[in-house]
Amino acid sequence: MRLELGKINITDVQFGDMTKVENGTLYVNKEEIVNLVMEDEHIKSVQIELAKPGEETRITPVKDVIEPRVKVEGPGGIFPGVINKVATVGSGRTHVLKGAAVVTCGKIVGFQEGIIDMSGPGAEYTPFSKLNNICLVIEPIEGLKQYPYEAAARMAGLKVANLIGQAGKEVTPDEVDVFETKPLFESAKEYPDLPRVAYVYMLQTQGLLHDTYVYGVDAKKIVPTILYPTEVMDGAILSGNCVSACDKNTTYHHLNNPIIHDLYARHGKDINFVGVIATNENVYLADKERSSNWTAKLCKYLGLDGALVSQEGFGNPDTDLIMNCKKIENEGVKTVIVTDEYAGRDGASQSLADADAKADAVVTGGNANEVIVLPPMKRVIGMLDYVDRIAGGFDGSLRPDGSIEAEIQVITGATNELGFNKMSATEY
Amino acid sequence: MSKIRVVHYINQFFAGIGGEEKADIKPEVREGVVGPGAALKMGFKDEAEIVATVICGDSYFNENLEEAKPAVLEMIKKYNPDLFIAGPAFNAGRYGVACGTISKAVQEELNIPVVTAMYVENPGVDMYKKDVYIVETGNSAAAMRKAAPALAKFALKLGTGEVIGSPSEEGYISRGIRKNIFREERGATRAVNMLIKKLKGEEFVTEYPMPNFDNVVPGKAITDISKAKIAVVTSGGIVPKGNPDHIESSSASKYGEYDIDGVMDLTEATYETAHGGYDPVYANEDSDRVLPIDVLRDLEKEGKIGELHRYFYTTTGNGTSVGNSKKFAAEYAQKLVAAGVDAVILTST
Repeated sequence: MRLELGKINITDVQFGDMTKVENGTLYVNKEEIVNLVMEDEHIKSVQIELAKPGEETRITPVKDVIEPRVKVEGPGGIFPGVINKVATVGSGRTHVLKGAAVVTCGKIVGFQEGIIDMSGPGAEYTPFSKLNNICLVIEPIEGLKQYPYEAAARMAGLKVANLIGQAGKEVTPDEVDVFETKPLFESAKEYPDLPRVAYVYMLQTQGLLHDTYVYGVDAKKIVPTILYPTEVMDGAILSGNCVSACDKNTTYHHLNNPIIHDLYARHGKDINFVGVIATNENVYLADKERSSNWTAKLCKYLGLDGALVSQEGFGNPDTDLIMNCKKIENEGVKTVIVTDEYAGRDGASQSLADADAKADAVVTGGNANEVIVLPPMKRVIGMLDYVDRIAGGFDGSLRPDGSIEAEIQVITGATNELGFNKMSATEY
Repeated sequence: MSKIRVVHYINQFFAGIGGEEKADIKPEVREGVVGPGAALKMGFKDEAEIVATVICGDSYFNENLEEAKPAVLEMIKKYNPDLFIAGPAFNAGRYGVACGTISKAVQEELNIPVVTAMYVENPGVDMYKKDVYIVETGNSAAAMRKAAPALAKFALKLGTGEVIGSPSEEGYISRGIRKNIFREERGATRAVNMLIKKLKGEEFVTEYPMPNFDNVVPGKAITDISKAKIAVVTSGGIVPKGNPDHIESSSASKYGEYDIDGVMDLTEATYETAHGGYDPVYANEDSDRVLPIDVLRDLEKEGKIGELHRYFYTTTGNGTSVGNSKKFAAEYAQKLVAAGVDAVILTST
């Protein structure tokens, strides 16, 4: 499967009469977006606001961040099985509005959504401070229950990203990257001397605001399965997950999965990157056992020498991570795992809820309990009402002057476990 | 700038008083430098000065801790130091433990920076590395020539309030404190590089060495559960509706104690979860799903258990450090024992 990924660099976003890209500026038609979102009867109102890098702007409570993309050639459309028909994606050509994103925010679903600061110390921790964001501040209808509200907010973001992405269809990209993964036997024949490596992609699947979707299927209902890496770039995997926002993968993270990109960078040189094994993180022990049995089985079946395993979330999913690591290593396949830490505000507690001597190669995205002070911002997109209650906040987190003292846990993407950031932790 | 005032602690051997036969000497203090203090002084140049040296026999200190510790502390305090140094103790076990004990006490009581130095296998290391900086040395006094300048250099940094870098940069024994840092490459690139090294059989450095977990020995079985007083404790965040004590949805800094006298059932109107780490919908509909008060009341009525304790203890396990969890449990365990509780059912989420 071969995908050309054309990047159209977006350096500014503005409201305009029609949604289009011109000389690096993305113009969006506010009315068109509002009308699209308001098609959903669960939504009472939506405000569209723009947030740009360097502004004194705070966005919260953030649910998802989505990069606008569009299929230009090849089967299917972006977000298959959810927005477009359920064709197998990942081949042909896709255009990306690089530097732009749709952010869904507004009234809280649980107490679990995140914060994005566009400037100041908090901006250093989130990749989304560097993007031109089109924010949807969503208000649900009176009395709407949590599940339908979460679904409505999630769908609104995907629909708007799909709409905006289409503005890139006819635009000549600034840069085109080509990614190709061949069927297993062909790939093995092409690089007989290189170690075979796959990526074990753990998806959190634990209920409201903890869910992930694969081709539209709620991933808690899947058994581990194999994907071509390029399918992910076309939106085969979508986020419904923002609880403790620091280490949850937004849809933007999935689309731009850095592990996939960095494995491709060494493909054909140091390794033979043969594919992605997508697995889940369910709450029941039997599910954990089954899924980790299957990932190990698939690693062996693919004849792998090595597997890179990424976690999503912490605590309970630490068990899934260690089960995967242990069982894959037991099949004679070498692993590196990517996680983050909850070592307490003083950093003195053990970082994971599970451990095993076989997990001897670990990359960490940092300690999510570390406390940060976020200065007041001139403008708030969304609302500050929930700061004391979201995961990582505490009584008194929101100070009278509008500054926030909280754990970096509250910052969307801060300790991402796909290795999106440079932050890490070390022992002192 | 005036010199940093240092008090130095050494044992009878390094003070030149004697070996094992003199290990029972009581603490004494001498003005200025004694023994290894001379080597430290050279390392200090003119920035710091050892104003006094406290000497104590290793056996005396360890066997008479109750008297020795306050006596030594008092001697140190009198000289109004800015900084305290103990050792180096190398591989001398009792000396290492004494250095660690007194360093920790000085840090807590006098609130000044402290440092000691010893060999990595000295038992004092495991006991005190989390509490105080321990500069790593060789395993015997023969290593003094290297150890003293290293200790002096590190002490000066502490004394002048400079930022202390990582253990490998500064030469102290890792304290097990996790700190966030920014690395050169993003995590994914680091992971791919690490995997390629591991595949080639080359050396690589894990970013998080796996910890050793505590194993908790299960309590003894209850002989007659129909007579037992049972309490319930949960990390599932069940609280009276409205979360009156504002227990955090993640990384809890506190636990709650709630009276369930006369409560037969946890209903949607009366209880909820404060926990931010799981789908709360079902727990909010019926909190008995996490904290089974209704079933325990049935068992109480049927005489299958003696009684249900009047209070339950609760916190959110989500993102809560082991350190905090231990602290909470140490407190409410005492209350449970005092209330004559025979057994506790712990529920999670």
